[in-house]
Amino acid sequence: MNDDRRWLDEPRNVTRIVYGLAALCALAIVADVFYRKKPHFGIDGWFAFYPLYGFVGSVGLVLTAKWLRRFLKRDEDYYDRPERDEDDD
Amino acid sequence: MRMTISPALVVMLGALGTPLLRGRARGALLVSLPIAGLVVLWVLPEGVGASFEVFGLVLTPVRVDALSRVFATGFLVAALLTAIYALHLRDSLQQAMVLVYAATAVGGALAGDLLTLFVFWELAGLSSVFLIWAGRTERSYRAGMRYLAVQVLSGLLMLAGIVLRVTAGEGLEFGYLGLDGPGGTLILCAIGLKCAFPVLHAWLPDTYPESTVVGAVALSAFTTKLAVYTLARGYPGTEMLVWIGAIMTCFPIFYAVIENDLRRVLAYSMINQLGFMVVGVGIGGAFGINGAAAHAVADMVFKGLLFMSMGAVLMRTGTTKGSELGGLYKSMPQTAVLCMIGAASISAFPLFSGFASKSLIMEGVAADHRMVIWLMLLFASAGVFHHAGIKIPYFAFFAHDHGHRVAEPPVSMRVAMALAALLCITIGAVPSLLYGLLPYPVEYELFTTPHVINQLQLLLLASMAFTLLVRTGLYPPELRSVNVDFEVVYRRFLPSAWHAAARGLTRLRARVGAPVRRATEKLWVAATRPLRPDGRVAVTWSTHLMIWWLVLVLGGVLLLALL
Repeated sequence: MNDDRRWLDEPRNVTRIVYGLAALCALAIVADVFYRKKPHFGIDGWFAFYPLYGFVGSVGLVLTAKWLRRFLKRDEDYYDRPERDEDDD
Repeated sequence: MRMTISPALVVMLGALGTPLLRGRARGALLVSLPIAGLVVLWVLPEGVGASFEVFGLVLTPVRVDALSRVFATGFLVAALLTAIYALHLRDSLQQAMVLVYAATAVGGALAGDLLTLFVFWELAGLSSVFLIWAGRTERSYRAGMRYLAVQVLSGLLMLAGIVLRVTAGEGLEFGYLGLDGPGGTLILCAIGLKCAFPVLHAWLPDTYPESTVVGAVALSAFTTKLAVYTLARGYPGTEMLVWIGAIMTCFPIFYAVIENDLRRVLAYSMINQLGFMVVGVGIGGAFGINGAAAHAVADMVFKGLLFMSMGAVLMRTGTTKGSELGGLYKSMPQTAVLCMIGAASISAFPLFSGFASKSLIMEGVAADHRMVIWLMLLFASAGVFHHAGIKIPYFAFFAHDHGHRVAEPPVSMRVAMALAALLCITIGAVPSLLYGLLPYPVEYELFTTPHVINQLQLLLLASMAFTLLVRTGLYPPELRSVNVDFEVVYRRFLPSAWHAAARGLTRLRARVGAPVRRATEKLWVAATRPLRPDGRVAVTWSTHLMIWWLVLVLGGVLLLALL
């Protein structure tokens, strides 16, 4: 449990990891050219369908969830003291 | 008639001995019982065991076939892992209840008739509630009561369904039930409650995160998977389940992304995984049922592993809130690695168990040409990677260092996690080990080039999306908050409605009561005036008048008699 600075504490190294991930993603997309697809439907035979779907789906998911927070978010003690809230109104 | 020993009884009766032992002897008992159960299970020949008659109804407590055996095996393995994880406890109640609870799941999976199933179904609820109460706080007591209410309600629905079946002359046999059969809808509702169908799901994310460190691990394995087994036995190929399951895979991931309590995130991801199994049961057939069973067993292990790692975090830091964690990889590196193996498994990375099991379901859906469902499941696959695969390890072990400098969990907990991780990787690398246990022969090539590449593409780009969103600051931060789900109905709306009704009644009494009382008093005075000493009825009547009345009454009676 020493408290030295770790490799990951260096922002430069985190950026390196991100570039590494980007390279892997590029590789994964390029790989689409090199094998024969066996699509079940038409859509999954398109070029880069899976990566695009994964990316767009994830961004859509996170942004929608963030937007939903407006309606769903409550204080942490929302359920814990119903009696007090009753008195308030 | 052959005598059969039930593995469930072996484990359950053995578990009752736990409080009598101490130290190493108790530990040895805890670990040996699930192993003994496994041995008994695999020694039992296929087919039904001894059956006997009660009130003209045939009970068959033990039935072993491929479907019941794969689930029972999964339950016993999960029981073994949980028992090892619980070895450090000095709380024999929790240790005993973990095994009793596991035994009820095994018993339910082996039940050959509905009444036996019902008994284990209820016992599962009754024994597991102690794992929530074991927190021994007011908060856990209340959560336990809410949990118990749902479990008992589910049991009552099942009992009602069984009674309908028996009165319709269907008997107690537990085979295909179907929605059209008598009581079919009621039993499906009972299963739906425990299986966390949409709208009925609220109890799961509400109460599981309130249980103890060990309790959550046990809870994650048994109740819901027993429900999946019952579904697979009673309702295979039910079209409605395909849609229910698909919705289950999609809606919880939105909650999981914005949820702060990481054990609650896992509870939501559990509904998401159950959704995949329910879809599998819905499409039925070899791929569907195999997929549901395989994914249920894989999920018991990897979801258990994830709950174990979060339990370790909770034990050491006192919290699982994302807003208060981060940077734990420095002080809990082993837990971090094991957690990431669980995360890779639930995300279905190739070579991890989730890939082996979920692919069967995806393949079944694709072979059925259900494109909308398939797209929903694919979206949910990317989503589960987001919240369970990345979010859990990232916010607990990396992200912003909150300065927790803690020790690794006790050795026994780490051993349990390591064994679970080993199982995840073994199943992932050699899927035939799991496929061999499934009810139908598996004719499926898992590691084909397109399949592996497509899965990697999906997951890599999903993680790229996460990275970009975090680095651009668009990712919703972890906030100290709760998000309302359907539990708001019974935790806020119903109590508030009750309070409002009570208040309304008091007000109504104050407003209407006094005038009504005054009016009644007046009416009473007016009505009783003739009877008072000075009233008209009380004065002396003449004989003349009396005879006239008598004649009138007698005449009336005579008239009625003649009519």
